[in-house]
Amino acid sequence: MRGRRLYLDGVSVVFDGFRALNNLALVVEPGEMRAVIGPNGAGKTTMMDVITGKTRPTAGIVTFGDLDLTRMDEAAIANLGIGRKFQKPTVFDALTVFENLELALKAPRGPIACLRWVLAGGGRTRIEEVTTEIGLTDRAHDRAGILSHGQKQWLEIGMMLMQDPDLMLVDEPVAGMTDAETEHTAKLLARIAGKHSVVVVEHDLDFVRALGCKVTVLHEGTLLSEGSIDHVQNDPRVVEVYLGR
Amino acid sequence: MRPARSVMKRIIVLVLLLLAAMPARAQDAFLTALPGLGGGFGAQVEAVERLGALGDPRALPALRALSEGRLLRLADGTLLIRDGATQVNAATGAPQQAAEADTQRININNRVRGALRGALGQLQIISPDPDERFAAAEAIFRSRNAANVPLLEAALARESVPRVRERIALALAASRLVASDPAAKLAGITALGATASPEARSILLEARAANADVLPQIEAAVADIDRRLAIRRVAETAFQGLSLGSVLLLAALGLAVTFGVMGVINMAHGEFVMLGAYTTVIVQDLARDIPWLQPWSLPLAVPMAFLVTAAIGAAMERGLIRHLYGRPLETLLLTFGVGMMIQQAVRLAFGAQNREVISPPWMQGTLMLPFDVPVTANRLWILCFSLVIFALILAAIRMTRFGLEMRAVTQRRAIAAAMGIRTGRVDALTFAFGSGIAGIAGVALSQIDNVSPNLGTGYIIDSFLVVVFGGVGSLAGTLIAAFGLGVINKMLEPWAGAVLAKVFVLVAVMVFIQRRPRGLFPQKGRAAEA
Amino acid sequence: MDTAQPSRARLGLRAVMITAVAILAIFPLLNQLPADNVFHVSDFLVSVSGKWICYAILALSLDLAWGYAGILSLGHGAFFALGGYAMGMHLMRLIGPRGSYGHPVLPDFMVFLGYQELPWYWLGFNHFSFAMLMVVAIPGLLALVLGWLCFRSRITGVYLSIITQAMTYALMLAFFRNDMGLGGNNGFTDFKELLGMPLNTGAARISLFYASLIALVASYLFCLWITGTKYGRVLTAIRDAESRVRFLGYNTTSHKLFAFVASAMMAGIAGALYVPQVGIINPGEFSPGNSIEAVIWVAVGGRGTLVGAVIGAFSVNGLKTWLTSAAPDLWLFVLGGLFVAVTLFLPKGLVGLLQGRAK
Repeated sequence: MRGRRLYLDGVSVVFDGFRALNNLALVVEPGEMRAVIGPNGAGKTTMMDVITGKTRPTAGIVTFGDLDLTRMDEAAIANLGIGRKFQKPTVFDALTVFENLELALKAPRGPIACLRWVLAGGGRTRIEEVTTEIGLTDRAHDRAGILSHGQKQWLEIGMMLMQDPDLMLVDEPVAGMTDAETEHTAKLLARIAGKHSVVVVEHDLDFVRALGCKVTVLHEGTLLSEGSIDHVQNDPRVVEVYLGR
Repeated sequence: MRPARSVMKRIIVLVLLLLAAMPARAQDAFLTALPGLGGGFGAQVEAVERLGALGDPRALPALRALSEGRLLRLADGTLLIRDGATQVNAATGAPQQAAEADTQRININNRVRGALRGALGQLQIISPDPDERFAAAEAIFRSRNAANVPLLEAALARESVPRVRERIALALAASRLVASDPAAKLAGITALGATASPEARSILLEARAANADVLPQIEAAVADIDRRLAIRRVAETAFQGLSLGSVLLLAALGLAVTFGVMGVINMAHGEFVMLGAYTTVIVQDLARDIPWLQPWSLPLAVPMAFLVTAAIGAAMERGLIRHLYGRPLETLLLTFGVGMMIQQAVRLAFGAQNREVISPPWMQGTLMLPFDVPVTANRLWILCFSLVIFALILAAIRMTRFGLEMRAVTQRRAIAAAMGIRTGRVDALTFAFGSGIAGIAGVALSQIDNVSPNLGTGYIIDSFLVVVFGGVGSLAGTLIAAFGLGVINKMLEPWAGAVLAKVFVLVAVMVFIQRRPRGLFPQKGRAAEA
Repeated sequence: MDTAQPSRARLGLRAVMITAVAILAIFPLLNQLPADNVFHVSDFLVSVSGKWICYAILALSLDLAWGYAGILSLGHGAFFALGGYAMGMHLMRLIGPRGSYGHPVLPDFMVFLGYQELPWYWLGFNHFSFAMLMVVAIPGLLALVLGWLCFRSRITGVYLSIITQAMTYALMLAFFRNDMGLGGNNGFTDFKELLGMPLNTGAARISLFYASLIALVASYLFCLWITGTKYGRVLTAIRDAESRVRFLGYNTTSHKLFAFVASAMMAGIAGALYVPQVGIINPGEFSPGNSIEAVIWVAVGGRGTLVGAVIGAFSVNGLKTWLTSAAPDLWLFVLGGLFVAVTLFLPKGLVGLLQGRAK
C-alpha cells in the first residue's frame, strides 16, 4: 500500500458571493476508491479544482499526507502524485497519441531534462502497455486531434495512467462511452484501486454501483451523505435533492 | 436700463470736466520741469521724477523719447522729439523741423534710466487702457521706490479692473517695503506675504539683508508665499494630470467597449480616432462657406464622426472580424493590417502633413481656476466632454435595451441566442458603438493634437494599458485608470522629464499588470475563472 | 502547426531550405561575374540579401516563440535592436581617435554632448568577445526578466502581446533621449572597422554576408533540434493547452521562459549581424511597427514550420524592396492586405499552401 491520505476540512470557495463549496469535508485513504455524486452545481468539479491547485479555497484545509496543497501550484501538485482526468477531454491535438502519452510519462519535467530526453526501453514498453490498455494501439501514430470524442476520453485516462499517480481524480470518465466501454472502464478503475487512491465523479449511478465503493453525495457545495450506494440511495435527504422538493 | 444709462452719462460728464480742469492747473509745472531733461544727469533725474509725479499725459512722449534716445536738444535749449523723419516740439507738441547739424541727442546714464522707468510707470498708471496700467504697475513694482506710494495708493483707489488692481497692490506693497516708515514697511511685508507670486518672494528674500529689524516678519511672509506656491503647484499638476487623463479616457473608451466588453482586440482603434479627427476637418471645410454654420462645425462633427467610424466599424466587424471570433491573436494581426490600410488611404487622400483645425471662439483663450491655475479653455472643454461621453456610454450600456442585449450576448452567447437575441446583429452594433466612440474621441483630440495620418498610432498602446490597468470589462475602472495614470504621469514629469515620465508610467503599468493581471477592478465571478 | 505532418512534406521543406541556402551561398561568387552575364548578381542584391538573412534569423526566433511556444511577441524588434546596439557600441569603440572630433576614447556624440569620460556601461565594449557576449546577454536578460514576470503571473495571449509591444515602445522612447548615453536620436553610425577589417571594403561585405548565412543555418539547425526533442513537444503542448500541461506536472513558466530567452538571444544575434551591414543603428529600430512586420513574415511563411519563417522573411522583404521603389504608395496597402489575407485565408501561410498541394 503506497500513497498518502487526502484530507479536506472546512473547505469553502466563494465566487463573487456565490458559495461553490461550503465547509466541505472529505477524507480519502491510501488505496481507497471513492465515488462522488451530486446534482449539477453541487461543487464536484470545484472540489477537484481545489485539490489540483486550479482554484484556491477561500477557507479550509487541503492536505495530501502532511503537505499543504493550498500552497502549491498545479505542476507541483501533479508531481506529488495527483493525476486528473478532465470532464471535457483536453489532449494535445497537434501531437500523436504516442507523443501525448510520452509527455505524461513519469520523468524529469524541467526544460533541460526535456531537451536531453531519450525514450528508453522501459518507457517505450510502458507506453505500449497503456496504449493497449486504452485500445488505441493502431492509432498510436495518429494525431490526437483526429480522434473521436470517446477515443479522446480513453487517451485522457491513458495519460493519467502514464503519470502513475498515487491519487487519481477522474471526472465523468464514461460520458459518451458505449455500454461495453463503460464496463471496461469500471473494470479498469477497479483494478487500479488498491494500488492507487481513486476519486471518481460520475452522474451515471449504474456505473457507480458497478464500482462498488463508498459514495459521497455533494449538494450545494457541502457534504450531504456518505456511505455505500444503497445507504445513500435510501437517505431521505439525497432522495429529496435528486427528486426535488 | 434708462436710469442706469443717465447715471453713466453724468459720470462721464464729470470725468470730462475734471480732465479739462487738470491740464490748466498743471500746465505751468509741466513747462517748468521739462527743460531739466536737457541738463546734466542730476538735473535730468530731478526733472524726470517731477514730471512723473505730475501725472500730466503730455510728459509721456518726452519721457519715452528720452528713454529711447529720441530726445534732441537745440542750441537754445528747446527740446525736440524725433519720430522717424519728423520732429515735434516737446513742450507744445507742434511739428518743428531742425537741421541735423543743429541738434544734439541727449544721453542718459543708468541712474536716469532707473528714474525714467519709475516715471513712465507713474504716468502710464493713469492711462485709460487697462493693459497699459497693468504694464505701469509692473514697471513700478520692478523699480521699487518709496516715493511712488502715494501715487499707487491713489491709483489703487480708482482702479476697477481686478487684474490690474492686484498688480497695483503688489507694486504698492513692494514700494512700501523700501519705505523708511517701519509701519509702512510692515504693511508692505504683510501684503507681499499675502500673494502667491514668485517675484514677491524674491523681493522679500532680497530685502532680508537690509532689514534685520523685521527679519522674522519677512521670513514668515516668505513661508506664506511658499505655502501658497506649493498649493498652486499641486493644483496645477492636478489639473494637468486630469487633462491628460481626459485625453487617455477619450482614447480608451471606445476600446473599453470593443475590447473590454466584447473581448475583440482592435489594433485599428487608433485609426478610428484619426478618422474622427479627419471628419472634423472635413465638416469644418464644408461649413466654411456657410456663415451661420461655421461656429457650429465642431459640435456638428461629433455625430458625424460617430456615424462615419461606426459605419466603418460595423463593416469591418461583419466583413472581417466575425470570421475570427475566438482567435484573438489572429484578430490582432488582422485589425493591425486594416489599420495600416486606413492610415495609408488617409495619407494618400489628405496628404501626410498636418491639417489645421480651427477652434471655435468659445474654446479659445485661457481661464483662471482657483489657486491661480491658468488653463486653456480647450483643455477644460475636453475634460468636461470626456466625462459627458463616459456618462452617456454608461447610460447606454446600463439603461437601454441595446445595452442589455449587448451584456447578454457577451456574457452568455448561446443563451442569449436561445432567447431570440440576434447575436450577430448585436456584435456588429456593439463593435460599431465602440468604433463610433473612438471617432468622437478623434473630434476632441483634433483640438489639441496634430491632425495627421499617424495621429492614432500614439494612442493605441496607451489606450490598451488604460483598459487593462483599469480591469478589462469595467468602465469605471477605465475612468479611474485614465485619470490616475494622467495624474501620475504629470507628477513624475517635473523631476523625470516628459519622456522618462512616460517610460516610467509604461513600466509601472506593466509591472502592475503582472502583479494583478485582471487590473484594478477585476471582473469577478466564475466566468472570469475560466 | 503540423508536428505530425507526412514525412514527405517535411523532407520537401528541408530541401527547399537547403536549396535556398545553396543559392545564397554562391551570391557573392555570382557577383564577381561580368555585369552582362545572365547569372550576375548586382552589388545591391548581395547587400540587400545580407540584410534579409538577418531578418530571416529574426523570423526564425519569432517562430520559435510564437509558432511553437505560443508567445506572440510584438516586441521582438526590441531584442533585435538591443543586439544591434551592443554591436554598435563595439563598433563605436573601435573608431577610436578616427572620429571627427579626434578624441582618443569618446565617440563623437559624447564629445558633442560634453561627456568627460566614458559611462561605466560602455566599459569592456572595446573587446570583441565581451561585445559578442553582450549581444546575447542583454536581450536574453531582458527576455528573462519580462518573461519571468509575465509567465509567472500567467499573462498570455493578447495581454502578453500588448505588454511586449509596450516594452519596445518604452525602449524606443528611452533610447531617443540623449541622456541615455547611447547616441539619442541619431544612434550610432560612421563605423570604421570590425575585427581589423575596414567595413567599407568588398571583403568585409562578403565576410559579413557569409557570417550571417552561417548564423542563419546554425539558428535553423538549433531550432530544428529544439523542436524535435521532447522539449519541443512540451512547447507545442503549452501552445495548445497550457493549463493541461501544468496538470501533467510541467512547470510551464520555466519552459516558456527557456524558449523566450533563447529566442531573444537569436534575435540579438540577428541584430548584431545586421548593424555592420547597414552601417547604422538608431532608436527607430525599436519602433513597434518593425516588430509587427516581423510577425507578418512568420505568418505569411507559415508559423510553426521554421522553414516558413525563412521563406516569409525573404518573400515579404523581397516584395517590399521591389514595391517601395516601383509603387511606394502601394506598399502599406499590400502589407496591410497581407495581414488580412493571411489571417483570413492562409492561416498556415505559404508552407501550408505548398503542403496542401503536396497532399
